[in-house]
Amino acid sequence: MTDHESTLTTRHGDLLPDWVVADSRPGYEGVIVPVSRLIEFAFLLRDKLGYDLLSSVTGVDYLPDGKMEVVYHALQTIGGAPFVFKVQVPREDPIVPSVVPVWPGADFQEREAWDLLGIRFEGHPDLRRILMWEGFEGHPLRKDWKEPYYEEDAKPYKSRWPEGHVRRAEDVAPLHDNVQYPPGFDPESWTPDGDEALYRGLRKYLEDSGSELKTDRLIVNLGPQHPSTHGVFRMVVVLDGETIVDLKPVFGYLHRNHEKIGERCTWIQNMPFTDRLDYISSMSNNFGYALAVEKLMGIKPPERAEYIRVMMAELTRIVSHLVAVGFLLNDLGAFFTPVLYALEERELILDIFEAVSGSRMMCNYFRFGGVARDLPEGVLERVRDLVENRLPRKIDEIDRYLTKNEIVRTRCEGVGVLTAERAIALSATGPVLRASGVPYDLRRADPYSIYDRFEFDVAVRYHGDIYDRYLIRLDEIRQSIRILKQVLRDIPEGPVISGKPQWQVRVPTGESYGRVEGPKGELGFYVVSNGKPNPWRYHVRAPSFINLHTLAEMARGGKVADVVVILGSIDIVLGEVDR
Amino acid sequence: MNPIETLDSPGYDIPPEMRGQVNITTIDRIYNWSRKNSLWPMMFGLACCAIEMICTAASRYDFSRFGMEVMRPSPRQADVMIVSGTVTKKMVPQIVRLYNQMPEPKYVVAMGACASGGGPFKEGYNVVSGIDKFLPVDVYIPGCPPTPQALLHGLMTLQKKVEKESIKTSRWYSRRPVPPIPVPVLGPDLMSPAKFEEIREYTRKLAEEQAQGVEGDQSTQDAGQGGAA
Repeated sequence: MTDHESTLTTRHGDLLPDWVVADSRPGYEGVIVPVSRLIEFAFLLRDKLGYDLLSSVTGVDYLPDGKMEVVYHALQTIGGAPFVFKVQVPREDPIVPSVVPVWPGADFQEREAWDLLGIRFEGHPDLRRILMWEGFEGHPLRKDWKEPYYEEDAKPYKSRWPEGHVRRAEDVAPLHDNVQYPPGFDPESWTPDGDEALYRGLRKYLEDSGSELKTDRLIVNLGPQHPSTHGVFRMVVVLDGETIVDLKPVFGYLHRNHEKIGERCTWIQNMPFTDRLDYISSMSNNFGYALAVEKLMGIKPPERAEYIRVMMAELTRIVSHLVAVGFLLNDLGAFFTPVLYALEERELILDIFEAVSGSRMMCNYFRFGGVARDLPEGVLERVRDLVENRLPRKIDEIDRYLTKNEIVRTRCEGVGVLTAERAIALSATGPVLRASGVPYDLRRADPYSIYDRFEFDVAVRYHGDIYDRYLIRLDEIRQSIRILKQVLRDIPEGPVISGKPQWQVRVPTGESYGRVEGPKGELGFYVVSNGKPNPWRYHVRAPSFINLHTLAEMARGGKVADVVVILGSIDIVLGEVDR
Repeated sequence: MNPIETLDSPGYDIPPEMRGQVNITTIDRIYNWSRKNSLWPMMFGLACCAIEMICTAASRYDFSRFGMEVMRPSPRQADVMIVSGTVTKKMVPQIVRLYNQMPEPKYVVAMGACASGGGPFKEGYNVVSGIDKFLPVDVYIPGCPPTPQALLHGLMTLQKKVEKESIKTSRWYSRRPVPPIPVPVLGPDLMSPAKFEEIREYTRKLAEEQAQGVEGDQSTQDAGQGGAA
């Protein structure tokens, strides 16, 4: 019995059935489940073993083996490491049973795997494309699919290095643009599919209006250009008067192909791209990716780097929660004034980021095995001043202005309620989950880095309404300040990166899932290495994206004006939703 | 330069007793002066750059000093469209439509690397390499994202451009109305209506190559993938 198999047995005794086999490939973890018994296994995992939250679902295209693999990460909300299980299907016409009946939170992620990899999930209630539009040609993340500006399989490109002459992609591409069409295609005869498939799903509501009053039901689009949607997000709502009957989110207006680009970049080249996922909290994103790759490489950052990392991650959390609270008030109609208060504090923290990393927003500060450079002189004093004096006072100020405000309370209390059961079933994480009464915080549940050394409380609220989601962000800012004080007290001197800085790291074969408690929820990076300088698979488990499962649940039965506030209380960032 | 000096045209003799009470200027100057100091941006953010745009509007940088604080969510009330972020193929039809809905005179500022030319995401399959493929851009602002100072500089550059315009030569005051920009269509890939002919020519050639390739070798796969060839 290998080490890996014995850990599986010790964790689960003999509860694992004998028809699942441990994944024996070097560097891989978890078990492989036969496709035919996936649903049976999923029920067993959820009901017998207590893995109640399905964190991540994604596909990997193993082109050389002719296989398509679907990787699931399930976790227990009482804490602990995630359980990894996989199914393998042939690459041509891959069909996998959908686990939506077991974990409804698999919905969007399975749609994404269908959209980008062409894996068909049988039994999925609404298997449409999610990030690209209906009618788009091909499944872009398949390894044999090439984009119009395709140059080579892996960076650095020979045209740039070592020869060093660059031609513009427009000059090389046959149509002098980033487009391609199938042979024999005639644009005149193309009838755009538009959103027909989407509206077809909603039309059933138009027929039976159930109410005694004769009312017409309407389908209304909010977005993608809408002042309150936090970016290019679109919601299609069915309205009965002012009441929302159903809601469907539409994604992809900011789909920037992080994963396809990421599989072409070298490991370290991906670091700046992670900044641009959740562009309000770039340091947290760096953290998650660095953890995932470090796990594969088997290295640990030196002490001082760990403290710097935690400091940056907690400052980021404060920034993100401040912005969330500010814009929530924006959505409530208090236009821009609360945001001004929030952004004032944010600017002070951004100054620290700029001093440390050279950039306000896109920090690109973490490296595998540490951070890029040591803190410049005077930064610790500035952080100390912020943490000891200014921030606690300002948070109290925001608290005093908003928490007891009558309009805030009337509009937020009891609106957009999400119960704990539904939050878990829909795979919500972060403040959304904790405001529903589930005390699940990765920093405690499965501590990473040096979070096990700090004293802090996991903020939790129990009503699951907008008001609690607002309050929990204030609570978490206060806990972050508490952690920051301990960091400032304990931070040691020493090196900030282990080994010498490398521009091309060697990453051994295997898979790894690095996750951090980002400000929005569990941010996971699933990476697969085949020993080459580039990741074979680079997948981001984006908390904003998966938390959006809860939107329709919370909005149904509410008023149309509330849906905007509900969306604000989930706190999404489109860069991360669409990736 | 003092704004009054730019407004005043001292080519005419004003009697001494009326100096300070009467100013003589040209229509262009007074019109451009008032226009450039009330450029209303559209409240419309695409990606990361939008956050910096919000910061520019907030208290520390405060672009209301330049008469730009009135951000309008409706294109009908906006003068300048700040394309703040990555333009994706899925979004570009909406952006073009928004531009068409803006009343003239209208300006476009490409904020950041993505809007100017695709930026770090240029090679992505869903990314348009620069909004200037579809809209006429007046000012490009480099940076990823540009700092608020850079955005302010870009907007001041736009003000300078507005200052130099003339009613006689502006395209929106010509006799014929400016035709709207054709809205791109989402097909198997993004299709610009102006390029239908070119696309048809290209796909016909591809089909021919493929027909020949079937007899020949396996290279049809590559040809079908366009850029690979």
